[in-house]
Amino acid sequence: MRDILPEIERWISEGEEIALATVVRAIGSSPRPVGAKMAVTRSGRMAGSVSGGCVEGAVFEVALAVLETGQPRLVRYGISDEQAWDVGLSCGGTIDVFVEPLVRKA
Amino acid sequence: MSGEIFSALRQALHEEEAVVSATVVSGELLGAKFLVFEDGRTVGSLGSSELDAAVRADAETFLKSGEAAIRSYHLSDGRNVEVFLEAHLPPRHLVVIGAVHIAIPLVAMAKELGYRTTVIDAREFFATRERFPHADQLIVAWPDEALAQIKITPQTDIVILAHDEKFEDPALHVALRSRAGYIGAIGSRKTSEQRLERLRRAGFSEQELSRIHAPIGIDIGAKTPAEIAVSILAEIIAVRRGRIGQPLRPAKTSPAAVSGDGG
Repeated sequence: MRDILPEIERWISEGEEIALATVVRAIGSSPRPVGAKMAVTRSGRMAGSVSGGCVEGAVFEVALAVLETGQPRLVRYGISDEQAWDVGLSCGGTIDVFVEPLVRKA
Repeated sequence: MSGEIFSALRQALHEEEAVVSATVVSGELLGAKFLVFEDGRTVGSLGSSELDAAVRADAETFLKSGEAAIRSYHLSDGRNVEVFLEAHLPPRHLVVIGAVHIAIPLVAMAKELGYRTTVIDAREFFATRERFPHADQLIVAWPDEALAQIKITPQTDIVILAHDEKFEDPALHVALRSRAGYIGAIGSRKTSEQRLERLRRAGFSEQELSRIHAPIGIDIGAKTPAEIAVSILAEIIAVRRGRIGQPLRPAKTSPAAVSGDGG
């Protein structure tokens, strides 16, 4: 959280709506530890990462949906080793990412 | 995350106060949040006082370890709730009393481990920027006066290298009354025993004195200042993680046990 707080605070001062994604569980090897965070604004800005590049695109879409509905979501990304290079995690691990609205206009 | 909880979390991060955030990640209360601060203060709720109490009790472990993980809670109404607990800790702070030779590699290595570092010595020729280019803070003052200027929390590790009772005793008096995560003092077994005797006479209990790691460090046969710094930092890490500091290889496969000649 500390690592992306400066960006989040700048975005707040600019009136952005922000969703926060957090790795809450990692099964097998994962590129980022549990607790790793990524913030996404409704206007499309991003800070931090949850996987080292593999699932950020998918998390970005979920974050926009979460800002739309205001409802948090838990999403699992799990990819077999053979598929790993096609989509998802290049290391073949499984991660659960919790995505929640952080700042949202009523 | 509600505005109230996010502002409380932001404030804690800015003020370098340790806090655990707990988030429900399963079931109908998905997203409910609860913050537990070092002093036991809480903000928010996970929707059940039973769950809040259980999480609050577990938060203490997370505040100590600095970890993040999901815990399952079985409530008396039969529900099973998964909660993500995450510690948000300020950077660890190494306070070194005695700007002696060993302190130089100790501070440099601690910096590499992500520590904020403070070096304290009453002698201005010792606590210089030239000797300690890596130190975040140099304080030229008596240890007890200097420690009074520092916020000592469970994230603070205090290493006393002064090797002189007129420096180390005042420092230990302050350290033992603080919530420091680690207190270590350099010196031989004999010096350490004499130090304990002085502190006993000063009124400290055996339980209080058991917090002092002395002779300081893990036994790796350290001789040079840099090796002693490794030994001290290894002990600090082990204490933080609740380990005693042994080889990871199982004891029965050690060369001595296998060959039988003991080297």
